[in-house]
Amino acid sequence: MTSRPITEDDLNGFVDQTLDPARTAEVAAYLEAHAEVAQRVATYRAQREELRAAFAPVIEEPVPSELDLRRLIEARHRPRTSARWSMAAAAVVLLAIGAAGGWSMRGMDLMPTEGIQALSREATASYAVYAPDHIRPVEVRADDASALDDWTSQRLGRAVTIPDLKSAGYRLMGGRVVPTEHGPAALFMYDDDKGTRLVMLARPMKAEGNAPMSPHEQGDVNGFSWADNGLGYSLVGASSADILRPLANEARRQIRSQVRGA
Amino acid sequence: MTKEMVSAIEPLIPSLRRYARALMQDRSSADDLVQDCLERAIGHWHQRQNGEDARAWIFTILHNLAMTRLRRSTRRPMHLALDDVDPGSLTSPAAQEDGLRHRDLLAALAKLPEEQRTVLLLVSVEDLSYAAAARVLDVPIGTVMSRLSRARERLARLMSADPPSIQSSPYLRSVK
Repeated sequence: MTSRPITEDDLNGFVDQTLDPARTAEVAAYLEAHAEVAQRVATYRAQREELRAAFAPVIEEPVPSELDLRRLIEARHRPRTSARWSMAAAAVVLLAIGAAGGWSMRGMDLMPTEGIQALSREATASYAVYAPDHIRPVEVRADDASALDDWTSQRLGRAVTIPDLKSAGYRLMGGRVVPTEHGPAALFMYDDDKGTRLVMLARPMKAEGNAPMSPHEQGDVNGFSWADNGLGYSLVGASSADILRPLANEARRQIRSQVRGA
Repeated sequence: MTKEMVSAIEPLIPSLRRYARALMQDRSSADDLVQDCLERAIGHWHQRQNGEDARAWIFTILHNLAMTRLRRSTRRPMHLALDDVDPGSLTSPAAQEDGLRHRDLLAALAKLPEEQRTVLLLVSVEDLSYAAAARVLDVPIGTVMSRLSRARERLARLMSADPPSIQSSPYLRSVK
């Protein structure tokens, strides 16, 4: 039986391995008898492998959060309102802080400048600035947790435990060192599957080094702050106090058990 | 339906990023393109014909967006000299020798006419079937096959004609 003549399409199919086994065998036999064509096909095969290798690193990269399908779907269902609200919240908080600063300079001490309440205010301001940030919400990402640990510990002058809130559905995104009126603070950011972000701020406390957990709110932003052994913590987010309270309790539990364990 | 859509589209995102990176040549405009593509895919998922291959469908969206964007931004975007492009932006942190080896290949790829480059990428790198590539490019399968042959032949010629990468290496040139 005379087989069908080998075509250029067959050669491409051979390179891309799309031929059925029978045709593959026929092409292979043809190539054995035609060294020049075999050379060309070998070049094409090498070319194909090189191309794949050249672009392979892109596949290995973590997918940026802007391309997170669930977030994109979520954003579609609530078109832009959440972003706009957090922008508005940020503006309100920044105005409030500006106003407070102005007043206290005139000697009107409307807001405490020390202790837990100052920490709560700083945490709310950090949330307002960094949580709506879609370009660089965190400086060091969670996958580099040890670098984050080193950085924050070094700037704060003491180790800061990063609570793990995964069991409550919040993943650590990462963190950064941020300025406060009372020196550097460590900011850790978390988010859930819907893209809801939480911020935890931690810094050494000169006043109220030990303080029970207390709630605070400013506009849509709620939070819980406390201090243990001279380190103050505040967990804030645009979520209800009922959602935040158990998270803050869990964070405090972990931090205390770490300190005891250390 | 959302669940079905997520499980069909989500695994394709790395490949979409790869094809976009190969066409757009820089990470941020490539990812921007993919985001655009995903948003459209989410919005038009229900219009997809029953049983239509999700991979070919979404690559069609991406390809068309890329072509529109490339044609709008510059007249002849792919003829931009790869010497001006940081090889890292294409292949991200590969080892330097890999970077050099791939650099020649990518430079040659950039010299192909767009219709040959896209078919080569879709078939060789993205593993689309010839039929799926035909669907993405909106041409008959025969056209896919002939473009593929020409692309491979031309790329081989460009690679063998290229001077050794060492002479044109931006790494060596900039060190002085």
